[in-house]
Amino acid sequence: MRDLIRRNLPFAAVAVVALVAAPLLLEPFRLGLLAKYLCYAIVALGIGLAWGKGGMLTLGQGVFFGLGGYAMAMYLKLTEAGPGGLPDFMVWSGVEELPALWAPFASPVLALGMAVLGPMALAVVLGTLVFRQRVRGAYFAILTQALAAALVILLVGQQGLTGGTNGMTNFFELFGRDLAEDSTQRGLYLVTAGVLGVLYLATRQLVNSRFGRLLVAVRDGEDRVRFLGYDPALVKTVTFAISAGMAGLAGALFVPVVGIISPALLGVVPSLELVVAVAVGGRHALAGAVLGAVVMGYAKTAFSEQFADGWLYLQGALFILVMTLAPKGIAGLLGRVRRARTA
Amino acid sequence: MTAFVNQLPIGLSIGAVLLLVALGLTFTFGQMGVINMAHGEFIMAGAYTAFLIGDLVLALPAAFLVAGAMGLVLERAAVRHFYGRPLDTLLLTWGVSLVLQQLARDLFGAPNVQVPAPSWLAGGVGILPYNRLFIMALAVAGVVAVWLYLNRTALGRRTQAVVQNRRLAATSGIDTGRVDMLTFFVGSGLAGVAGVALTLIGPVGPGLGTYYIVDAFLVVVAGGLGQLRGAVLAAAGLGLLNSYAEFWSDASLAKVIVFAVIIAFLQVRPQGMFVLRSRVLT
Repeated sequence: MRDLIRRNLPFAAVAVVALVAAPLLLEPFRLGLLAKYLCYAIVALGIGLAWGKGGMLTLGQGVFFGLGGYAMAMYLKLTEAGPGGLPDFMVWSGVEELPALWAPFASPVLALGMAVLGPMALAVVLGTLVFRQRVRGAYFAILTQALAAALVILLVGQQGLTGGTNGMTNFFELFGRDLAEDSTQRGLYLVTAGVLGVLYLATRQLVNSRFGRLLVAVRDGEDRVRFLGYDPALVKTVTFAISAGMAGLAGALFVPVVGIISPALLGVVPSLELVVAVAVGGRHALAGAVLGAVVMGYAKTAFSEQFADGWLYLQGALFILVMTLAPKGIAGLLGRVRRARTA
Repeated sequence: MTAFVNQLPIGLSIGAVLLLVALGLTFTFGQMGVINMAHGEFIMAGAYTAFLIGDLVLALPAAFLVAGAMGLVLERAAVRHFYGRPLDTLLLTWGVSLVLQQLARDLFGAPNVQVPAPSWLAGGVGILPYNRLFIMALAVAGVVAVWLYLNRTALGRRTQAVVQNRRLAATSGIDTGRVDMLTFFVGSGLAGVAGVALTLIGPVGPGLGTYYIVDAFLVVVAGGLGQLRGAVLAAAGLGLLNSYAEFWSDASLAKVIVFAVIIAFLQVRPQGMFVLRSRVLT
């Protein structure tokens, strides 16, 4: 029991800070930014699971994030337009009747369900096709990146369905609450933080379970696991689908928090940025992935405010340094410090 | 039917561009297993070299040397510490690519620049302009040169030996470190040549490389790792597929169709068109 408390102490401390201190101390604008970073942290958690534990470098998490975000945005646009109405951008592009694809998203349950299950279904299809054929490593990374590139072109091209390059913005209310209100935004922050906490605990549980051990074994020696009679493709597909579902949920939270979804937020570059955030935080520890997303999110805002051009140099230099000097990221460095102290 | 025929040269010329970009990748990615995300920026460096020189014929060797030298520095300074960790290299080189893009923005400005095409490339045959034909010829020349290098020179044969079995090659007295350096130099240099070719069909900007890099990696995946004939067939196939998919559906669906076709193709040939046979198990 004592051990259990000690082991969960860091998590409890972070949870108190995130759920109690942050909403009290931060002004609404900063709290909104933190909520955005936490959305990214949910995606990063999924990457930490798929890449850190499962060895699947997915460069297309933006795809799942985007599908979740667009599902939510479609719901928000439809409630705003009212029954029989058309979202504003469709009117501008000369669409006269609501496309059939949009119809189900008028229901909040279906929209939220699609935000999570849609990405998972896509991941299951892609994972089954790819992992069954033992396509892995760099091949898998490139395929996921190509998917991200293809989705962006598709979203930009289908102006009348998706809002094109501008995506969708100008959301006013969510479940009858005014999105401009500080209290709504604080509520959204708390929901995001809560979702992240629950998902973190669940993922940690999963990693420590039999399935998690199998996943790590697949990462370290896929053929050996196959020879032992397990099905590595199944293990990888399930894990990939879970990480996709997380990204989808994060996208659905992101839209009301930030107030926009557009192709630029989910293409090749944002997808890679999240992977790098996980690398910076430390891919081998789930907490490292979350930490990395928050730190990199904060760093990007802070530096872009000061000098816009410098950010790319700094970001680039940071990756080079992290990959060469600390391949295990911040979590790896912290772990080394802790070990040095106890030794 | 005429539309079908008209689409053929367009597809082939897209394929030629892809092939030029992918040729360098068959070296660095295919032969050495290094995913070099900065490859796109070497293309950009080649294109800016052409912009500075202003003469197409002089620019080709110059761009080869500039991009090759950049590749050499990257290999010596960073990539060589990462052999056997391809996914880490990917992130590392992406960092390099970000720095290079910003550098180009600071040196040449963010707006695109135009490299004037030489007058002898004005005009064309039928619907094919001369500049497209020139790119096709350049792609063919590139393939021939690479084939000759790999199969007819001692250095090339050593490269192949290292690819097939690094340890055995080292035991036989091949300096694998030098072979790696050279391979990276040639692969990056070819990116520079591709960059010069791209100035003939569009403006040059800091983001030039990122536009082509994803498709070029797909060519290597579909063609088979480190396989020259695979790269040729896959580039032609992807070029044609792109142009016909755009013709029959629309530009925004084309990429999705291409992606689906590649996934379907990998169901039949998971390792690409041609596979280097080996007994190595992971």
